[in-house]
Amino acid sequence: MKPAAFDYARPTTRREACDLLFDAGDAARIIAGGQSLMAVLNMRLAEPRLLIDISAIDDLRTIERREGYLAVGAGVTQAELLEHPTLADEVPLLAQAMPWIGHAQTRNRGTVCGSIAHADPSAELPLCLLTLGGEVVLETRKGKSRRVAAGEFFQGVLTTARRSDELITEVRFPLKRPGRAYRFQEIAMRHGDFAIVALAAVIADDAVELGVGGVADRPVMRTLPHGEKLADALNEFAWSLNAQDDAHASAIYRRHLVRELGIRLIDGETPQEDGANARQV
Amino acid sequence: MHVKSDQRTRVIFTLNGRERSGHAEPRMQLSDFLRHEMGATGTHIGCEHGVCGACTVLVDGRASRACLMLAVQVHGRRLETVESLAEDGGLNDLQQAFHNHHALQCGFCTAGILMSCSEFLARVPAPTETQVRDMLSGHLCRCTGYTGIVNAVLEVAATRRQFQEGDTEQENNNV
Repeated sequence: MKPAAFDYARPTTRREACDLLFDAGDAARIIAGGQSLMAVLNMRLAEPRLLIDISAIDDLRTIERREGYLAVGAGVTQAELLEHPTLADEVPLLAQAMPWIGHAQTRNRGTVCGSIAHADPSAELPLCLLTLGGEVVLETRKGKSRRVAAGEFFQGVLTTARRSDELITEVRFPLKRPGRAYRFQEIAMRHGDFAIVALAAVIADDAVELGVGGVADRPVMRTLPHGEKLADALNEFAWSLNAQDDAHASAIYRRHLVRELGIRLIDGETPQEDGANARQV
Repeated sequence: MHVKSDQRTRVIFTLNGRERSGHAEPRMQLSDFLRHEMGATGTHIGCEHGVCGACTVLVDGRASRACLMLAVQVHGRRLETVESLAEDGGLNDLQQAFHNHHALQCGFCTAGILMSCSEFLARVPAPTETQVRDMLSGHLCRCTGYTGIVNAVLEVAATRRQFQEGDTEQENNNV
């Protein structure tokens, strides 16, 4: 359970980080909080030649409200975003979902962008980014950058549209829209475990944007009709996700959760348990 | 900075209030660095992939897994381990409450739990039981069933609040 040997670089500018990444390509891995990557390294599931630590790049450590979205830099930890005083007003879905991420002890170091980059299919942040229609900003050498919509960014289990010479510099979460309710709920064996099913919903009067995590190989979002056609639409959505049996839950149970939890979430019947408030600490 | 894989670099940081330094290769985990380089064996190592919480220490005041950090990453930072808790050679109030409530049996997980609880109590002076249990969900203890730990944390929170209220009253009286 010790990592294989690697070189370690701690650049202080984005430019320097991108240059290192350009030279090393696939042989390098970016580390920020390390709460997913360090476990992967310790188990030697990855053996990079070079680790590029971006935690000393100061201009990646910002949370900024801009026109229509909240921009979260690649150095921002999950705890920092959760403690951001205006988060519940600006992106209420995140304020509800983030207490479900791991534990307080891992949120203290784990970064928001790191979770997006890791692209675990059951992770909360990729699900929220997708459901809200957010974007990932990637930078390459010489300051060139591109934006990728969340729907194109997540391509499968731990697989994203990031190219080997690209650094994720920020993710952009769209701000709260008027007339919408935002809700999040998940089922896991224990709080903090990987979700068996996680649901994020943006609810309007006539339609619901529902994101599902933990079932398919990536988070999936679909717009469903609100009202009497909802149950059928949810059932069809649940079947379309191609749920699999695994050690944690059966495919049948996962489809059941999408239908049942989906209805309850959208109808507002999932009580915000005491724990939900507790988890915002 | 750029360190070759086989090169040992000097890491200077504050450990329990004292400036310390040691040498580490890039791949050395903070947990091993604390135990083998610093001789701070109070921090225990369990799963080495961030699940069990035994190696939890405070980095710049925040509870963090020492097995999910590299030693080179703590350069210039402030660390507290379980060795920082005892006051004048005796147990501090949290440790004493663990003792009183049988909040440990084999004690392997305790060093990490104490550090999480220390951070938590500083941040949440009046926690509910649910909040305490949520914070403890980041730790595995196979002996106690957690009930003793929860009771100890709640008692310390209540006692510290009483003390603070007492202080405030006294200050008011002085005015």
